[in-house]
Amino acid sequence: MKVTNIEKLKEKILKSRDKTKTWVTVCGGTGCHAYGCLKVVRAFQEEIKRMDLADSVGVRTTGCHGFCERGPLVVIQPEGIFYQRVGVEDVPDIISETVVNKKIVERLLYQDPQTRQTIIHEHDVPFYSKQKRIIFGNNGLIDPTDIRDYIAVDGYQALSKVLFEMTAEEVIEEIKKSGLRGRGGAGFLTGLKWEICRRVSSPIKYLICNADEGDPGAYMDRSLLEGNPHSVIEGMIIGAYAIGATEGFIYVRMEYPLAVKNITLAIEQAREFGFLGKSILGSEFSFDLHVFKGAGAFVSGEETSLMASIEGQRAFPRQKPPFPAQKGLWGKPTNINNVETWANVPLIIKKGADWYSQIGTRTSKGTKIFSLVGKINNTGLVEVPMGITLREIIYEIGGGIKDNKKFKAVQTGGPSGGCIPAEMLDLPIDFDTLTKAGSMMGSGGMIVMDEDTCMVDVARYFLQFTQEESCGKCVPCRLGTRQLYEILTRITKGEGEEEDIKRLEELAKTVKAGSLCGLGQTAPNPVLTTLKYFRHEYEAHILRKECPALFCKDLIIYYIEPERCVGCLLCLKNCPVGAISGERKKVHVIHQELCVKCGACYEVCPPKVKAVSKYTGRKKQTILKKEKKAKE
Amino acid sequence: MAMEDRKRGQLIHLLHQAQSEEGYISANAISSIAEKLNISEGEVFGVVTFYKAFSLRPQGKHKVTICMGTACHVRGAPLILDELERTLGIPAGETTEDGLFTLETVNCVGACALGPIVIVDGEYHGQVKSREVRKLLENTGENLNRLKEQ
Repeated sequence: MKVTNIEKLKEKILKSRDKTKTWVTVCGGTGCHAYGCLKVVRAFQEEIKRMDLADSVGVRTTGCHGFCERGPLVVIQPEGIFYQRVGVEDVPDIISETVVNKKIVERLLYQDPQTRQTIIHEHDVPFYSKQKRIIFGNNGLIDPTDIRDYIAVDGYQALSKVLFEMTAEEVIEEIKKSGLRGRGGAGFLTGLKWEICRRVSSPIKYLICNADEGDPGAYMDRSLLEGNPHSVIEGMIIGAYAIGATEGFIYVRMEYPLAVKNITLAIEQAREFGFLGKSILGSEFSFDLHVFKGAGAFVSGEETSLMASIEGQRAFPRQKPPFPAQKGLWGKPTNINNVETWANVPLIIKKGADWYSQIGTRTSKGTKIFSLVGKINNTGLVEVPMGITLREIIYEIGGGIKDNKKFKAVQTGGPSGGCIPAEMLDLPIDFDTLTKAGSMMGSGGMIVMDEDTCMVDVARYFLQFTQEESCGKCVPCRLGTRQLYEILTRITKGEGEEEDIKRLEELAKTVKAGSLCGLGQTAPNPVLTTLKYFRHEYEAHILRKECPALFCKDLIIYYIEPERCVGCLLCLKNCPVGAISGERKKVHVIHQELCVKCGACYEVCPPKVKAVSKYTGRKKQTILKKEKKAKE
Repeated sequence: MAMEDRKRGQLIHLLHQAQSEEGYISANAISSIAEKLNISEGEVFGVVTFYKAFSLRPQGKHKVTICMGTACHVRGAPLILDELERTLGIPAGETTEDGLFTLETVNCVGACALGPIVIVDGEYHGQVKSREVRKLLENTGENLNRLKEQ
């Protein structure tokens, strides 16, 4: 079916739908998948059939709702009743109570951990109520595998507006006016980027969507591709029209199989409806899209590497200029934007640049989706206006730190970013404030760290990552990241030397200055920011051989407090290497020479007993000496 | 020239296919792909070894993947990896001698709420504790004691 009038099609779709029907929507994001949401979906389908309700009740598997902590999530529409941690066993109750009798199943409601109040509607849950979900909001309403769902929420109307009411220049002007900046990390003005590419004259131009979301802990792009793929496709077609591109690629990370599946299907459906291919919506404009599955190299998120990868080469970055807008894929002018950037485009066209630019700060407009993960109560994806403070995100939306621990730092920007300490919790977040703090926006990962996180180890973790992912082209990156990693490893093992901090700082400067692409230029950031804000932790490791967070294995011991141990055998049974001896009702002892420091004893010791402790530094030495003496 | 360039763009796609069909990239696959795309075997080999998706050796019967993303890391993934390596007797990236298990790390699967995550034969296991590792591996139906004897 080739569509020519999108407005009419929308009306037709809405008319064909029974408005009195109740919809059971189940979140189908990767998080909920892992919790077993597919079993829940099947259970709903069977129960509806069993109760003979198919005419009045439907089941819809939607995209990610964002509140991953509480999955599997189920929302009953149109009432918007929000159930969390739903299992197969809850399905009959939901159908018979809520769907048929219009009653609430209390036990499945979300309870605010602070006020102890139960909350019925999704939009009243604090996690959602403090957000501004203009990009991400439709995820929970539509079935990403059915293009009609997207059209029913005004999808492809911006495309129609662009094709029939705007010139390419007007589109670029609108995007420029909106102030939209690239969501992939660097924050370049999108409209300006398009204009540069538009001005290069060439019969063939390419468009790329960078969905090689490599920053660990960031998964908003995946959720958009999985949950609302057509918003990305629509954004790309509009971009293609503005720039004059003929063909486009969506480069998706191979670690995201569901995203690959959904975006591939969405492209097929868009083609079938005439949104892609020759003379789109009956206009003179033609454009088509392909999906390219990545092959597991972090560096291919860098734009020139990504293009090399599509060309079938190793993903090596190259010198810029020439910029992709001048010489990109196969030497042709190419415009490349990130997933979230593309998803912003239809909204700007639909609602206008003036509306859009009201949201955000002076230099960073609109909203940003962050993935709030780590030691946080409400893990999930949150969309907030630029300029919101870290405190609001972490405490009001995120519900604070897990197990009431003390907040230590938040890491933003992935391996290119840095750690922001507790003193800066009131920092309003936008592209420029984060860069000024020594970190960066990156793609929007926010990893929350508490008092148990060792900042030297965090720096070591990121350098392990970058030295492994360095493509090897530039010597300072290839060898420098390796050296940084080795020095940091030594420090975490208690073999650090006093000069190491100076060495780290010097090396970091060299790697930054001597690398061609963003990977090397930013790889030292985790070291530099931890040195800036947490130097005392480095000094403790190096000078006193202690890990204040009690994390670094080589610097701690596990010890059973004789006066607390009740002799329950739990730790003894759970020790994988048999390093604990003891008998029932007698004090257990860890044999330090056998202990592999896996932490199993520490985990299983009942909270009321709390007999297993971790020690570092001087206390550790005292215990070891005492034990040695006792043996003699 | 342009057509030749576009043809080479098939390379990674073809390698994905070979990897999923045979479980690794065999010498035969390299030479047939090289011939098909009219490039040298050396060039194909270079691409195979660059990307993590491709393996030159056959993979084990069961694939065990542990997420080493930042969120999993701060929630204790390194301890789980230690335990996996100790139980299987191989470092990450290797396959047990009997060909039963391949142990791999991945830099984030984006299911951070469940961290630390271990994926066994495509099935996700969330909030894994080090003491649960053995059970996870035994659930594949394999006898782990055999590993020790080797």
